[in-house]
Amino acid sequence: MDTVFGIQFKGGVVLAADQSNARSILVYQNNLDKVKQLSSHSAMGVSGPNADLVNFTEYIAKNLALYELANDGTKLSTKAQANFCRNELAVALRKGPYQVNLLLGGYDEKEMTGSLYFLDYMASLQKVPYGSQGYASSFCLSIMDKEYKEGLSESDALLIVEHSIKEIATRFLINQPNFMIKIIDKDGVRVHSFGADPAET
Amino acid sequence: FSSSLTMARRYDSSTTTFSPEGRLHQVEYAIEAINNAGTCVGILGNDGIVMASERRITSGLLAPAKTSEKTYKLCPHAACNVAGLTADANILIDQARLRAGRYHYQYQEPIPVEQLVEHVCNYKQSYTQYGGLRPFGVAFLFAGYDENHGFQLYQSDPSGNYSGWKATVIGANNQAGKSLLKSEYGSSSSSEMTDEEETSPDVAGALRLAVKVLNKTMDGTAAAAEKMELFTMKLDESGDVVHHILTQKEAQAVIDEVEAETASAGDS
Repeated sequence: MDTVFGIQFKGGVVLAADQSNARSILVYQNNLDKVKQLSSHSAMGVSGPNADLVNFTEYIAKNLALYELANDGTKLSTKAQANFCRNELAVALRKGPYQVNLLLGGYDEKEMTGSLYFLDYMASLQKVPYGSQGYASSFCLSIMDKEYKEGLSESDALLIVEHSIKEIATRFLINQPNFMIKIIDKDGVRVHSFGADPAET
Repeated sequence: FSSSLTMARRYDSSTTTFSPEGRLHQVEYAIEAINNAGTCVGILGNDGIVMASERRITSGLLAPAKTSEKTYKLCPHAACNVAGLTADANILIDQARLRAGRYHYQYQEPIPVEQLVEHVCNYKQSYTQYGGLRPFGVAFLFAGYDENHGFQLYQSDPSGNYSGWKATVIGANNQAGKSLLKSEYGSSSSSEMTDEEETSPDVAGALRLAVKVLNKTMDGTAAAAEKMELFTMKLDESGDVVHHILTQKEAQAVIDEVEAETASAGDS
């Protein structure tokens, strides 16, 4: 039931996800942060059971940190990070799969661009200019198809995010009042806005 | 030193035992083995790397090797030169190739050169600490290119230690070669610049310098193209790494240039 989507813009990526933590008919929490930071300039929006969300993102994030420690501060590019994730998903698939669908976004200093990758729990991987996971796709992909233009600005991208959230709020059966929106650019990963503060217990 | 020689006998049979002086004799003996091997010179230029080695033809009946027995390609952006036991080297080269391939499979990107070198060296080190097996009798010169640090030259030995170099020599007479490099690397004769400051040579200058070094280390034998193997690593116009072993003709041209240079060096 998670809503996760993302858009690449000129100089970065924006990732958005709903903040609802629920199972069956019960809502556990309404301020969950599903856009998990992986490295200084990358993060991924995750759709799936909370256990796998936490397990997988922490595993990847810590392995990326280990790489930087072991290799004198060398960072992995967004593409390399996405492929690393894909490989981990592929290996786990025939043992004990991670039931996570991801949108991995990152900024690379070398190319001075953002990039966005779509991965699903079956270890597929595709670089995309914009994308979404879950039921949300039925509502926001058409909006992004229509409104996305290559080289659009951060504010344009945020406008598309706003339109998508509005569409989901209007037409999606499940009520998702809170959204976490994060921006990744040359300055790193920052929170743009949230519906409910994850820090509030 | 003499007393430790007699005592050494008790502590030199096992790789995994320190001597009372804190030395690993097996590792040191392995390093000694390489000092009898054919010389290899490595020089880092500003637009590429040169690795030159001595080809030892042990018998006229030997069939000419289809590929080199000194230079090995590890992946599209790295190669190495070997000094020591070729059979040992083959195992390590396999390891390096596997590591480079697996890294590329995992990250879809070329392995940073130092990581490749460190992997091979960690593998060598384990043979000095576990299992009671003898160390590898091989020293390597690694040449490679990556986006983070450009062209790099590394040297490693049987202990598993490695370091990065601007220019270095391994194998027979390496001390003589190193002293020549110390005085000649960065001087204007080996580069097109005429600055007084030390500058790294371009690949053409590095080739000439490498031949000069080999002439010195192969002291006594006349410089000839069949006795040397000259390897260069450069980038082409599209930014891809190019590995090139010079043909007989190309090698002879460099040797001739060096000869002309040394002949005119006496003139003021």
